[in-house]
Amino acid sequence: MFHLTYHRPTSVEDAIQFFTNSEDAQFLAGGQTLLPTMKQRLADPSDVIDLRHIAALAGIGSAKDHLSIGAGVTHAEVAASPQVRQILPALADLASHIGDPHVRNMGTLGGSVANNDPAADYPAAVLALDATIHTNSRVIAAEDFFTGMFETALQDGELIIRIDFRIPQIAAYAKFPNPASRYAMAGVFIARHTDGGVKLAVTGAGSDGVFRHKDMESALLGNWAAEALADISIDDSNLLSDIHGSAAYRANLIKVMAQRAMQSML
Amino acid sequence: MIKVSMTVNGGAVSHTVEDRTLLVDYIRDHLRLTGTHIGCDTSQCGACVISFNGKAIKSCTMLAAQADGAEIMTIEGLADGDQLHPVQAAFKEHHGLQCGFCTPGMIIAATDMIKRYGAALDEPTIRTELEGNICRCTGYQNIVKSIKAAAEDMTRSEKPSVTSSV
Ligand SMILES: Cc1cc2nc3c(=O)[nH]c(=O)nc-3n(C[C@H](O)[C@H](O)[C@H](O)COP(=O)(O)OP(=O)(O)OC[C@H]3O[C@@H](n4cnc5c(N)ncnc54)[C@H](O)[C@@H]3O)c2cc1C
Ligand code: FES
Ligand code: FES
Repeated sequence: MFHLTYHRPTSVEDAIQFFTNSEDAQFLAGGQTLLPTMKQRLADPSDVIDLRHIAALAGIGSAKDHLSIGAGVTHAEVAASPQVRQILPALADLASHIGDPHVRNMGTLGGSVANNDPAADYPAAVLALDATIHTNSRVIAAEDFFTGMFETALQDGELIIRIDFRIPQIAAYAKFPNPASRYAMAGVFIARHTDGGVKLAVTGAGSDGVFRHKDMESALLGNWAAEALADISIDDSNLLSDIHGSAAYRANLIKVMAQRAMQSML
Repeated sequence: MIKVSMTVNGGAVSHTVEDRTLLVDYIRDHLRLTGTHIGCDTSQCGACVISFNGKAIKSCTMLAAQADGAEIMTIEGLADGDQLHPVQAAFKEHHGLQCGFCTPGMIIAATDMIKRYGAALDEPTIRTELEGNICRCTGYQNIVKSIKAAAEDMTRSEKPSVTSSV
């Protein structure tokens, strides 16, 4: 942070160019993760490339079967968007519970997904809504995108442009927020898709970050009701255990959040 | 070094600063507007909240360079001469502060939520909207009371049909 150089490109091409020409650059979107990390000296980029003035990263649009959100769209914009609230209310609801109003005014979809914090909310929606991540060079399926805690399939210098979410028949998200930070201790996003398939993704609890829970998915496929989850036991061997809660506690939270998400839909 | 220019509380300012300068440090150290406070280094307390292009943000979590070209308002820009802003007046009237450290951020956050919710701003909403502003003194009771009173005061002149401006 001591010898930082700031850049403000207005096109994707220029952003990539700045990245390529820098020694150790980082994209800077809302800065709500990167700047606190730099202040703690946990990140020390030589250059930051501000993404907030690139038009291609802005905007929300929809087609027949998907909702498309620019990587630079803020949590506040998603939460307030009439389009998102109408087509995918679960996503607007998720965005409206990220952090606090000031964080939501800056933090972006692209930044959250690129960062893949194991306690972040958006990754659960990306996975359960079968999203595709569109970058400057390719399209990545959600299934292939999240590769571990703070790890994604993104290459060095690869820029997320937008994310397309498949529009489900119905969906809901329930999270148990950490009382101090508001990050998820456990968050469960459930979607029933138009082809009848069910996807259920869990964030906040996994040691490797967000994951799908196939047993709960099959249970809901058989019986679309909160009760269908009553007898499921959640294996806690690969769950986070920290000062906020043990793995066993989180295992129970996952089930409770999944049931709450179901109850909110029925 | 980088040249930054912006509008602060209605006036144009321009300085050359280090690229790594945080907006809050620019406001406090370069502009000498020390009403904006720094209460943490984890982006959680909200003492540094200012209005940036009309939206409340944490000025400790933005570079001054990012604000180049922006319009910002700090607590110093709220009053009209000797005439306190209705939110300031309500905090005074309802004892919405004790030590006052959190107050500038609280007041900017309050004006932001009143702008978004208008007359629909009820107590539970105020409490969830204050998620990003920590107060170590008051227990929040009188802060909530002050914001509620200010919202009522500021929306009294609105037509009754206006219930929300989200
Ligand atoms: C007090 C506080 C509370 C919070 N609470 C929550 C919460 O409850 N839930 C939650 O999910 N999050 C929470 N967050 C995190 C917040 O949502 C961040 O906004 C988000 O994680 C990162 O988004 P950003 O736009 O700020 O990214 P930045 O901080 O700017 O960037 C983060 C990382 O992503 C990279 N990046 C950014 N954009 C792109 C792109 N388009 N393509 C490729 N790489 C990119 C950057 O290079 C950087 O490495 C909280 C943050 C704070 C400060
Ligand atoms: S100083 Fe604490 S949030 Fe900015
Ligand atoms: S009045 Fe002291 S911190 Fe709020």
